[in-house]
Amino acid sequence: MVAAGHGAREGVGITVREVSLPAGHPLLKACWIAGGLGVLALVAAFALGGLGPRFWASYWTAWLWGATVAVGGLFFVLLHHVTRAGWSVAVRRLAEHVAGTLPVLAVLAVPALLAAGELFPWIGGHGAGELGAAAHDPLLEHKEPFLNAGFFYLRSAFYLVAWSLLGWWFRRTSLRQDATGDPGLTRRLQTLSAPGLVVFGLTLSFAAFDWVMSLDPHWYSTIFGVYLFAGSTVSILALLILLGIVFERRGPLAGVVTPEHYHDLGKLLFGFVVFWAYIAFSQFMLIWYGNIPEETVWYAHRLEHGWKPVTLALALGHFVLPFFYLLSRDVKRRRPLIAGASVWLLLVHYLDLYWLVMPAVAADGAFAPHWLDLVTLVAVAGILLGAFGWLARRPALVPVADPRLPESLSFENM
Amino acid sequence: MPDGTVWGALAEFRNPAALLEAARRVREAGYRHFDAHSPFPVHGLERAMGLKRSWVPLFVLVLGLGGAAGGMLLQWWVSAVEYPLVVSGKPFFSWPAFVPIMFECGVLGGALGALGGFLALSRLPRHHHPLFASAAFERMSDDRFFLSIEARDERFDRRSTVELLSGAGAAHVELLPLPGKEA
Repeated sequence: MVAAGHGAREGVGITVREVSLPAGHPLLKACWIAGGLGVLALVAAFALGGLGPRFWASYWTAWLWGATVAVGGLFFVLLHHVTRAGWSVAVRRLAEHVAGTLPVLAVLAVPALLAAGELFPWIGGHGAGELGAAAHDPLLEHKEPFLNAGFFYLRSAFYLVAWSLLGWWFRRTSLRQDATGDPGLTRRLQTLSAPGLVVFGLTLSFAAFDWVMSLDPHWYSTIFGVYLFAGSTVSILALLILLGIVFERRGPLAGVVTPEHYHDLGKLLFGFVVFWAYIAFSQFMLIWYGNIPEETVWYAHRLEHGWKPVTLALALGHFVLPFFYLLSRDVKRRRPLIAGASVWLLLVHYLDLYWLVMPAVAADGAFAPHWLDLVTLVAVAGILLGAFGWLARRPALVPVADPRLPESLSFENM
Repeated sequence: MPDGTVWGALAEFRNPAALLEAARRVREAGYRHFDAHSPFPVHGLERAMGLKRSWVPLFVLVLGLGGAAGGMLLQWWVSAVEYPLVVSGKPFFSWPAFVPIMFECGVLGGALGALGGFLALSRLPRHHHPLFASAAFERMSDDRFFLSIEARDERFDRRSTVELLSGAGAAHVELLPLPGKEA
């Protein structure tokens, strides 16, 4: 067995040093600046935000945005291993770093979970939204064995710990392969990715129910977990395209990540935009067709109180426009064009979460943007970028000893 | 220059790398009416041959969008114009319920566009092709790779074309007759 120290040289010959960031690299500095800005924004939000229901609604939406992106990174890594993919090896390390930020997100979740009474009407008392004290609501009483604070905290902790552990283990094992060159590690990653995906699927579904759907505890949708998963996958694909472009153009990955990768990521991005629309529309159409007031109230709310333009903007911006834009092969292969789509979709994903969360928790449920929305988003995005920079600062940005790296470097799309 | 009795030259190669190299040389020599035949896709062959992008995706787009529009049009006409019936208390033009069918009609249009476009652009079906006159060509779908250059190409010449193909590593070169003629 080769203990290469700087990564296996056979066949590819990329050393760790060639594809890692030296200390003081401008990209690392950008990450530190982003992280600093993020912390500043976080402090400003907490200091000046008032810590009332509107603050927590902003904070929670921004946090959910960060969490769905990071858990998307975990999904990409798991999917790559379970399908024994070859083309994506060149971008997998970037996804591993994204997934590696999950523990930071877990810490950021703590204040919101402690203040859950300001967000979730069923936790009892503060009267967020239209519901008052949960005790007099027969439906909430019926759901109480599941929707109670203790069990909720237990489940939330479980999701966050499970994601953090999975993200950590898959990244650590992949990094270990850089040092030892052991192809058996690929086997282990592949074998464990399957149960990992089962855990991922279940935890993400239930996290969607707990953290987003229960904001409106009378309403339910069985496809809700899939809906959040769809948005999460669109986001990670968009982020990987952006990270790939940035690290290729400004970093050491020139010649490693190529338009071939952006093309493939772009094809998947297109596919999942359609998938998101499919799930979103399915949820809508079934509720519309059944016309049961208990279910339609959720959509009715999002077509009134000033939300109708937002709903239309979401349909246009998350589906119609990206669909036609991403059809073109040329768009997917040209960096400025696909980068633009990626930035757009990451922002539209925030709009999606905003549209899910705010009508349920904002004071009278009306559409009323607030400066806190922007500040909390900057806080979460900045802190995550800082965490990403910290994770990416030393290791190779590409799994140099992965047995399928040569394939990833040389494949060509039609 | 076009030859009265010959359809073209057919060269047989033993492996895809040889085919690739030969295709490159043929293109660089300036030929335009030539084709490559292989039992499986050969990576880089389209580039070596200098093939332009296919028009099939355009067929898919147009027929796909047309199919979707047609599906929506059909449902609108049926439900809001010709047979207006109140179903489930929904409006006559209940577009959310029409979306799944519109989507599927779009997919159908796209699929038919892909198939039809491909066949049309390949000028298929056809009952016969001059390449079938070659006994060696049977192995095209098996374990041999072929390059054919048509006589209607300006640069075609019985001797120099065959020399070019032999020089490019062909195991075997033959001239094929125009249907109904002797070579």
